[in-house]
Amino acid sequence: MATVDTTFSRRRVLRNELIGLYGVVERNLYLTKRYFLWDVAFLLWTIANTLTIVFISRGVDLAPAARNELATKLLVGGVIWAFLGIIFEIVTETVAWERWEGTIEYTFMAPVSRPVHLIGMGVYAVLYGLVRAALIFVAVVAFIGIHLPHANYGAAIALLAIASISFIGVGMMTAVLPLISPEKGTQLGFVAQGLMLVVSGVYYPVSVLPSWMQWIAKISPATYALRGNRDQILLGAGLRFSDVWPLLVIGVLSIPIGLLVFRAGERYAKQHGKLKRSG
Amino acid sequence: MLSQQAVVVRDLSKVFTRRKGLFHRRRRSALKGVSFTMDRGECVAILGQNGSGKSTLVRLLSTLLLPDGGTAHVFGHDVFKDARAVRRLVNRVSVEASFFKKMSAAENLAYAARFYGMGPRETHTKIPVILERVGFPASRRNESMENLSRGMQQKVALARALLTSPVLLLLDEPTTGLDPRSKQEVQNFIREIRVRHDSTILLCTHDMNEAEDLADRIGLLDRGELLFLEPVQEVKDRYGVETLEEAFFAATGRTFEDEKSEEDEEREVFA
Repeated sequence: MATVDTTFSRRRVLRNELIGLYGVVERNLYLTKRYFLWDVAFLLWTIANTLTIVFISRGVDLAPAARNELATKLLVGGVIWAFLGIIFEIVTETVAWERWEGTIEYTFMAPVSRPVHLIGMGVYAVLYGLVRAALIFVAVVAFIGIHLPHANYGAAIALLAIASISFIGVGMMTAVLPLISPEKGTQLGFVAQGLMLVVSGVYYPVSVLPSWMQWIAKISPATYALRGNRDQILLGAGLRFSDVWPLLVIGVLSIPIGLLVFRAGERYAKQHGKLKRSG
Repeated sequence: MLSQQAVVVRDLSKVFTRRKGLFHRRRRSALKGVSFTMDRGECVAILGQNGSGKSTLVRLLSTLLLPDGGTAHVFGHDVFKDARAVRRLVNRVSVEASFFKKMSAAENLAYAARFYGMGPRETHTKIPVILERVGFPASRRNESMENLSRGMQQKVALARALLTSPVLLLLDEPTTGLDPRSKQEVQNFIREIRVRHDSTILLCTHDMNEAEDLADRIGLLDRGELLFLEPVQEVKDRYGVETLEEAFFAATGRTFEDEKSEEDEEREVFA
């Protein structure tokens, strides 16, 4: 009887992993296409939500220039909130959506590595999130009439992309929650998003926070993304090293920690039979 | 290079625990020291009621569960220590044809195929061929899965499994809930796989006729214990009976349709 050869060369393994990563992005594109109108509705809701925040600047008795500055700061906070929300949502869907559809067992028994699977979700989340953030930004600026004569959009997008490495890492940690609790795990991801932003000065400077929260702000990637993006949009600042290096350090640490946390969660799920369909 | 034995399972055990109240946990054994082997190219059917441990066995061999004891090897690879190698060799069709409902059959198959290293060019040619082979109409290839009947969905599930050319195919009640015609079509396709592919098949079912019709050997899994695994005639000779229903009664003291105990119900839910 002949034997079966399953030894794969490194090159073939790498090729298969890249195709797997492409497959994750492609699947998300299919889903976005199929749920396009729902996504449009959700985008409108996010724009309305951001407007409710930015309109606060119109109710404050300030000189026009100061009011414009406040509106911009609130807008950057609102857009980053929305960007982070979509990244956490998509990465958390790695488990939650597949579990609901019942495909999770097929995906988790496929020979693609978990880092590639999760990073594929992260890549799509960042691309989709950036397009969505740009649309929200443009819509709110046009609606309220904010003047941004010095804005450095290229640097702002680049900084957001660098910050995304850390956001994906944290997203991986929250993605494991639906494995542990199918019913409530996804919502806990939103808790993580809220906690990260509240210490990062989403609509206010970090300096107004109690000192213990300011310490936590130092390890939150959103702190540097918010600070840098505000200066880039208001003052036309470039990519500052003081914003980039903390984001890179947090990113380099958060991805492996995220993968470790996910691996531990997957192991727990396999021990307790929680990879089954639910919904 | 791999062992010539397709599957080697030794003393495989799985216990599920669930919280009962704040301080108590219930433990139910889904598999109790199950051992068996399968030769390459063989089709083995495992019979058992709901909650007998069939799906747990399939999930363990699919690398979706970790055991509480024992070992399992697929073509020489340790299922639990060398899971990635095993995943390249195995695919599965389960009772629920699970797909992204809004996506089409072609899109779902492409997604599954990417994880096995098949690029767009390859799937562009292979997907239409495999769908045609399972009798799926070409005109419905791009229709959402949610618009397809259960029988059609199960055909796509078979296509998904075969697209990746698995050398071990795990079929977990693939015909349960299908109408007679769809059931016949799926069974015919399983026969065709046996003839045309180099696949070893583990078929878990509670349909005794299906098991007798398709398998080389039949095993009976009852409350987590594998009571026998033999060619069907040897099973009948051993118990001196004419049918597998009678063999089940002789082996367990219960009929196949007997009401399940509370423990059986719990085992079914846990597993």
